[in-house]
Amino acid sequence: MLFTSYSFLIFIALLFVIYYTIPKKYQWKLLLFASYLFYAFAGVKFLGYILLTTISVYLVSHKIDKLHQMRTQYLSKHKGELSREEKKEYKLSIKAIQWKWLLFTLFINFGILAVLKYTNFTIANINYLTQAFGNGRQLSFWNLALPMGISFYTFQTMGYIIDVYRGKYAPEKNLFKLALFVSFFPQLIQGPISRFDDLSKTLFKEKSFNNKSVNFGLQRIMWGFFKKVVIADRILIGVTTIVSNPDTYQGVFVFVGMLFYALQLYADFTGGIDITLGIAEVLGIKVQENFNRPYFSKSIKEFWRRWHITLGTWFKEYLFYPISVCRPMLKLSKFSRRIFGDAIGKRIPVYLATLVVWFTTGIWHGSSWNFVVWGLMNSLVILVSQEFEPLYERFHNKFKIQHTFGFRSFQVARTILLMSSLRLFDCYRDVPLTFKMFGTMFTNYNVNILFNGDLMNLGLSMADYIVLLMGLVLLLTVSLIQRNGSVRSQLEIQPLVLRYAIYYSLIIAVIILGAYGVGYDSSQFIYNQF
Amino acid sequence: MKTKRVLISFVMACLLLGSLFLMERLLMPKYVSGVVEGSLIEEYYSESGKHDVIFIGDCEVYENISPITLWEEYGIASYIRGSAQQLIWQSYYLLEETLKYEKPEVVVFNVLAMKYDQPQNEAYNRMTLDGMKMSPTKLKSINASMLEEESLIDYLFPLLRYHSRWSEVTKSDFQNIFKKEKQFHNGYYMRADVKPVESIPKGRKLPDYQFGDNAYYYLNSMVELCKENDIELILIKAPSLYPYWYDEWEFQMEKYANKHDLQYINFLELIDEVGIDFNTDTYDAGLHLNVAGAEKLSKYFGKILREEYQIVDKRNNYDYVDIWKEKITFYNDIKETQYAEIDKYGSLQSFGGNGE
Amino acid sequence: MKILLDILNELHPDIEFENHNKLIDDGVLDSFDIVSLIAEIDSEFDVAIPAEEIIPDNFNSAKALYALIERLSDED
Repeated sequence: MLFTSYSFLIFIALLFVIYYTIPKKYQWKLLLFASYLFYAFAGVKFLGYILLTTISVYLVSHKIDKLHQMRTQYLSKHKGELSREEKKEYKLSIKAIQWKWLLFTLFINFGILAVLKYTNFTIANINYLTQAFGNGRQLSFWNLALPMGISFYTFQTMGYIIDVYRGKYAPEKNLFKLALFVSFFPQLIQGPISRFDDLSKTLFKEKSFNNKSVNFGLQRIMWGFFKKVVIADRILIGVTTIVSNPDTYQGVFVFVGMLFYALQLYADFTGGIDITLGIAEVLGIKVQENFNRPYFSKSIKEFWRRWHITLGTWFKEYLFYPISVCRPMLKLSKFSRRIFGDAIGKRIPVYLATLVVWFTTGIWHGSSWNFVVWGLMNSLVILVSQEFEPLYERFHNKFKIQHTFGFRSFQVARTILLMSSLRLFDCYRDVPLTFKMFGTMFTNYNVNILFNGDLMNLGLSMADYIVLLMGLVLLLTVSLIQRNGSVRSQLEIQPLVLRYAIYYSLIIAVIILGAYGVGYDSSQFIYNQF
Repeated sequence: MKTKRVLISFVMACLLLGSLFLMERLLMPKYVSGVVEGSLIEEYYSESGKHDVIFIGDCEVYENISPITLWEEYGIASYIRGSAQQLIWQSYYLLEETLKYEKPEVVVFNVLAMKYDQPQNEAYNRMTLDGMKMSPTKLKSINASMLEEESLIDYLFPLLRYHSRWSEVTKSDFQNIFKKEKQFHNGYYMRADVKPVESIPKGRKLPDYQFGDNAYYYLNSMVELCKENDIELILIKAPSLYPYWYDEWEFQMEKYANKHDLQYINFLELIDEVGIDFNTDTYDAGLHLNVAGAEKLSKYFGKILREEYQIVDKRNNYDYVDIWKEKITFYNDIKETQYAEIDKYGSLQSFGGNGE
Repeated sequence: MKILLDILNELHPDIEFENHNKLIDDGVLDSFDIVSLIAEIDSEFDVAIPAEEIIPDNFNSAKALYALIERLSDED
C-alpha cells in the first residue's frame, strides 16, 4: 500500500475513526493490528521476517536484562565480601555473556538483511571476476524479494537491543508492545528510525481526542501530500527522461537533471516523512523529526546532521563511536602516533571510522557500486573539508565576511551543488557512466537548451513548469517561516478566513495539481525499497 | 459558543464540498466538440416520451440507424442507447437501466461486441459509464468494465480522474459547466459527409474464433432479461465492412439465435436488398454509414419491425406527434447545416468532422 | 581538570570551556571533536570512555566530562 494510494487513504481514515471510538486501553492494540494488516498488504509471506526479528530481540533483550539483574543482586548480596578486583572480574564475565547474546542477535538480524539485500550484488561481482580472470563459470541469481521496510525496522530494532545491552533502559516486558514498536506502520516504509525510549513515551499511552493535535496532524499530512504528488511526482518525469537517456541528454541537461533530482528527492522524502509524522500526530504519537531544513546547510557535514537525521544518529551512535573509541582503535592511534607522529596518529580513528560509516551508509542505500562510491565520495568531501578547516579559519579571520548574507548564500549554494552532484551516482546506471556524465557538464556547454524549447520535451509542459516554480516558491517560503517556529502554530493565530483559505487551497491544490492517476505513472516513494 | 463553532464547521465543510463539486463540473470532459459521442449516454435522461424499440450496442447502431426515418416512414418510436466501443456487459447494464424507465416492445442488439470478452480501454469505458446516472446498475457496470489499473473511486469522484485537465480548460468548459445543449436526438449521431470505400481489407487470421465465456454470459443474461420482461430481442450485425466480421463468428451467432429462438439478421448479407452503395453511403470508407446509408437501412429495418413485430403506427397518436415534430426539425436542421458545411469547405467541419 | 581544559582548548582555542555548559547542544563539539577528545583523554588519563557513555549529559561541560573521567577511573 503506497502512501499515495486510495486504499491507504481509506485505511488511515478508518483507523482514525476506530482509534478514537474504542476504549482507550485498546488503542495501542489496534495500532499493532493495523500495522500487521498494513504489512500483510505488502505480502503475507514477509510477516515471517518481521516476526523473527521481533521475537529474537524480545527473547535476547530479556536474557540480557536478566543478566543485568543477576549482576546487581550478586553484587549487593556479596557487598562486603568481594574485593575490587573480584567485582570487576565478575562484572566482566557477565558482560561477556551479554556480549555473546547481543552478537548472536545482531548476527541473525543483520544476516537476514545482508543475505536478502546483498546476495545478488555479491553474485554479480563474483560473476564479473570469474568472467575476467577465471574460467568464466557464472553463478545464477537468487530469487529474493526484499520485505517491505526491512532496512528500517532492522536498524530500529538493533538500536533497541544495543541500548538494552548498554543498560540505557530496561527492555519492554510486553511482547506485543515490542511488536508494535518494531512494526509501527507509518514509519515502516521509510523511517524515521525511532529510539525506543523516545517513541515509547507516546506510543502506548491512552489518548483522548485532542482537537489541536488531530488538526495539526491532518495539516501536516496534507502538506506532505502536496510535496509528494504536486512537486515530487511531477518533476520525477523530467528526471527520468534525462537520466534514462544519457546519450541524448548531456552537458547542461545533466546539470538541470541534477537540480531536478535535488528538488524531487527533497519533496518526495520530506513529504513522505511529513505524512508519517502527521499520521502519528493525529494518533497522538510523537515521532522524532527527520529533517531540519537541510538545504540551508553551510557544509556537507552540517547537511548530514540535518538530512535523514535519525539515520545519521543511528550510524553515529552504533557504528561511528563504537569503532572510533574502541580499545583496539585507541591502541592503534597511540601506536601510529609513535610511528608517524601526532598529526597522523590523531586522525587515524576518525578517518577509519568515517570510511566504515560511509561505506555502510552507501551500501545501506542500495546494493550497487554506485552507492558504495557515493558513500565514499561523501566521506572524502567531509574529510577534505575537515582538513581545510584551518585554512578557512585563516580566510575568515582575514576577510571577516563569513557572517555576511552573500557569503552564507554562497556556502549554502555550494553545499547544495556538492550534494546534488554526488547524487548523480543515484541517477545513472553505473559508476563509469556517472563520471562520464559528470564530465560532460564541463565539456559540453549547450546552454542554449535552456532557451530553445528543449526543456519542453522532457515530458513536462509549460503548465508543469509553472506549477513546479510555484511549488518551489512555496517550499522556500515555508522554510523561511519555519525559522520562527512551527508554521502551523503561526497559522493558528491568523484570522479564520485566511486560515481556511490556506487549508482549502492546499487541499484543492493536491487534488487538482497532483501528478496522480491516469497519465502519470504511479511512482513509489524513493525510499520504499530500502 | 458551541453552536457557533458547529455552524462555522458546517459552513466551512459546505464551502469545501461546494468548491470541489464546481471543480469537478468544470474539469469533466464536455464532449461538445471533437469526440462528441461522449455525450450520447447522458442525453437519454432528458428524453421525453416512450419508445417501442430500443437499440443497444456500439457505433454500429448509433451511426447506422436513424430513428427519425423509422418515425417518418413507419411511425415507430425508437431510441438508441449506443456508445463508442460499448462492451456487451455495458450493453446489458444499459438495458437493465433503460427498463427501469420504460418498457419497449422490441430490443435490438448489435452483436459485434461479442468479440470482446474482457475490459478493453479506459477512455471508452469512461464515455459509456460517466454519462450514466448513479445507481446500483451503474456500479455493476463499472465493476464489470474496469481494467486492472482503474479504481472504482475514480468513477465515484470523477474529479480524481479528470483533475489533470486543469491546464486544458477552455471557454467551452465554463459555458457547459452545468447544462449542455442537446447534440443528438434519440441517440443517433448523424454524419452527412461521404468517403467511399476503396478497398476492403481481408480480416487477419485469428488464433481463436470462439466468442468468450464472459461475452456469452452477458448475451444469455440479455436474452433472459428480455424474456422476463416479455420483450422481443432481435440480434443484428450492422452492414459495416470492418471491423471484419468472420464467418466463424457468423456461424456461432446463427447457431445461438437458432438455439434461443431469436431472430438474427446479418445486414452484411443484405447490402443489395437494403440498397446501400458504399460509394455514397459511408463517411469513413466502410466503417460507418452516413446519413444517406442510415436512412436506407432504417427504411429496410422498419419494414421488418412493422411486418414481423406488429409495432403500431403512432403517427396519429397525439402523445407522440409534438415530441417528434421537434425532433424532425432538429434532424433536418443538422442535416442542412452539415450539407452546407460540406458544400462550403469540401468537408464536414463541426459535429466531430475534420474541422476539429 | 587543568589537563582536560588544555585538551579542550587545543581543539577549539576560541571557546571559553570553563563556564560553557552546552557544548553538545550548541554544537561546539562535533563527533570528530569527541573522538579526538576521547583519544586524548585515553593517552593523558589512561581512561577509555566507551561508546555508550557518549551522551550529551557527559559532554555538555568540562565539569561533566571530568566527572565522567573520575567515575570511570574509579571503576577501573
